[in-house]
Amino acid sequence: MIDLQGFGAQLAAGTLMTVEIALAALALGLLLGLGGAAAKLSRFRALRLIGGLYTTLVRGVPELLVVLIVFFGASLAVQGVARWFGYDGYVEVSPFVAGVIALGLAFGAYATEVFRGAFQAVPPGQIEAAMAVGMSRRLTFLRIRLPQVWRFALPGLGNLFLVLLKDTALVSVIGLDELMRKSTIAVSYTKEPFTFYLAAAFIYLAMTAVSMIGLHYLERRSSRGVRRAAP
Amino acid sequence: MNLEVMIDSIPRLLDGALVTIQLVALALAIGIVLAVPFAVMRVSRRWWLSGPVYGYVFFFRGTPLLVQIFLVYYGLSQFEAVRQGLLWPLLREPYWCAIIAFSLNTAAYTTEIIRGGILGVPHGEIEAARALGMSKFLLYRRIVLPGAFRLALPAYGNEIIFMLKGSALASTITLLDLTGVARTIIARTYMPIELFAMAGIIYLILTFFIVQAIRAAEHRLSPQTRPPPS
Amino acid sequence: MRRITLGLVGALALTLAVAGLVNPTSAGDKVRIGTEGAYPPFNLIDESGELKGFDVDIALALCDKMGAECELVAQDWDGIIPALLANKYDAIIASMSITDERKKSVDFTDKYYSNLVRYVAPKGSGLDTSSVGLAGKSIGAQRATVAASYLEDNLADVVSIKLYDTQENANLDLGNGRLDAMLADGLVIYDWLKTDEGAGFDFVGEGLSLDDGIGIAVRKEDTALRDNLNQALAAILADGTYEKINAKYFPFSIY
Repeated sequence: MIDLQGFGAQLAAGTLMTVEIALAALALGLLLGLGGAAAKLSRFRALRLIGGLYTTLVRGVPELLVVLIVFFGASLAVQGVARWFGYDGYVEVSPFVAGVIALGLAFGAYATEVFRGAFQAVPPGQIEAAMAVGMSRRLTFLRIRLPQVWRFALPGLGNLFLVLLKDTALVSVIGLDELMRKSTIAVSYTKEPFTFYLAAAFIYLAMTAVSMIGLHYLERRSSRGVRRAAP
Repeated sequence: MNLEVMIDSIPRLLDGALVTIQLVALALAIGIVLAVPFAVMRVSRRWWLSGPVYGYVFFFRGTPLLVQIFLVYYGLSQFEAVRQGLLWPLLREPYWCAIIAFSLNTAAYTTEIIRGGILGVPHGEIEAARALGMSKFLLYRRIVLPGAFRLALPAYGNEIIFMLKGSALASTITLLDLTGVARTIIARTYMPIELFAMAGIIYLILTFFIVQAIRAAEHRLSPQTRPPPS
Repeated sequence: MRRITLGLVGALALTLAVAGLVNPTSAGDKVRIGTEGAYPPFNLIDESGELKGFDVDIALALCDKMGAECELVAQDWDGIIPALLANKYDAIIASMSITDERKKSVDFTDKYYSNLVRYVAPKGSGLDTSSVGLAGKSIGAQRATVAASYLEDNLADVVSIKLYDTQENANLDLGNGRLDAMLADGLVIYDWLKTDEGAGFDFVGEGLSLDDGIGIAVRKEDTALRDNLNQALAAILADGTYEKINAKYFPFSIY
């Protein structure tokens, strides 16, 4: 087996950090995705424009650059806002926050498209039926559309989560002690790049495999009671 | 924001963009050459053909590209045998290490995309071809693969953009691609936001052209969906 | 719909606030010191994940003298000055050369050690370090260092310059034969030559003096912090603390 030369505990700590940042970015990304989809499907032109700008910008720029721009830009931006409100200290945006924001932004941009597709996948007949029984727009949204969006969006969101899990490696460039950075530190100490990068690869694979099993379970759960055509 | 620094940096950034385009184009070309036979193997009913491809695809889609690049560049050179081996003149160069890692990565994703396309080709077309007595090879060449490519094109367009964005990681192994040039300029000017924003704009422009090219290709490859000429 | 949008914004703010992600801290209650952690023997991270090395020892001694609470922050080298300017920490103690170029953006304390930049190549390579001798060679250096600037300014047209994120990665590539030579801080190479990896290598050519010593960088407006650091530095030099730290790493004075 692979000899980790005492760095096992460090890799484990890094793995935990990777999971934490992935879950935090997932939460932020889901919110941004829902918001983005709502904006893109909005009746207001300005909102649609903002939604379109967000997805185009973030999806067209490398995630590595997004991470770096947020890391260097966020503190300055937050500080600017704080100044504006008359607060004159410094506001710290830690690598963790910067990483979560950057990865959440990236996830949200793609999730916007997934949610938009899912909203539109709800059959128009159901919407018409809801209106015919006198439901308001809001009630239709809450009772008919939203519950089904989850099921339609899940496969797409699952793929995005797998992408997100791997993108966490990029946060190593801003000094967050996640799996990739811990591996790099181990390499510089032991001079065994192959050993540690391979170990990291297998840990990422394991995380991917666990996520895939979880997603499969969620997908089965979310489509309970859905009638399938006989094969 | 220091506009002067941003504008002054454009010529050097464009040099870097050229390296980025080269890397991406070469990796995509190699990737597709690998992916077509892999996809055909992947849909095979023989486990010894589909199994290894499944493992390969799982590994490259399940690990970060950054890990893959570091494994090829720093990892392989850990071994004396590699450093004395036939491939060392190639593996010695960061450029080729990036090409190897990118090609293997994109080939894995492309294999899945083409597999999806193959599975999407209507059964009727395949049965009809069989009924005409086409050999397996001819069947793939004339019916299955052309249909698969057409179906796979939108997904492959996304893959091109992912590869373009992933290529920013070449900067971590000393290459002066678009991101690498930006980082080198930042090392002297200490203006990360200005330079990364400028690089980001160039990436956006490249993405825009790719999207246009894919649209044009889709239009060309799908004559049956166009309205008839009037 | 509006309520949902409002709810989303609220939930977002809540996530960030509850997780304690954005924590405003007022300046002055502690000194945050940025270092790299990939530059042995001056700063590195060991198998327990702790920062250590000459720079770290000096930083702790200075904090002790200043009576300040200190926090060490690891930051990749090529972003180390931008991160100081972006307020990620208040001082850089990471073996940074004092140069006029950097003085345009940051202020430096007095030097806390001196160094020469030197070439290193495989033993017996007989490398000639004039621009004629180096023509066509692959020369490595760490990005954003005085060595990298020197190569870019003087040899860009002659040699193939390879710039690395960390000195460690440059060392790896010199060790495995990707580089014909490397230009780096003489003291760092001195340490590396003693490792197994560096055993087959040696200095070539004369040392280059490219800086005014190694100092601590602070933001230009933080003059009080700079003065405090200077006083503390003078104090540890006077009372023998510096000498003790020096002796842990080098059998000769590096001041």
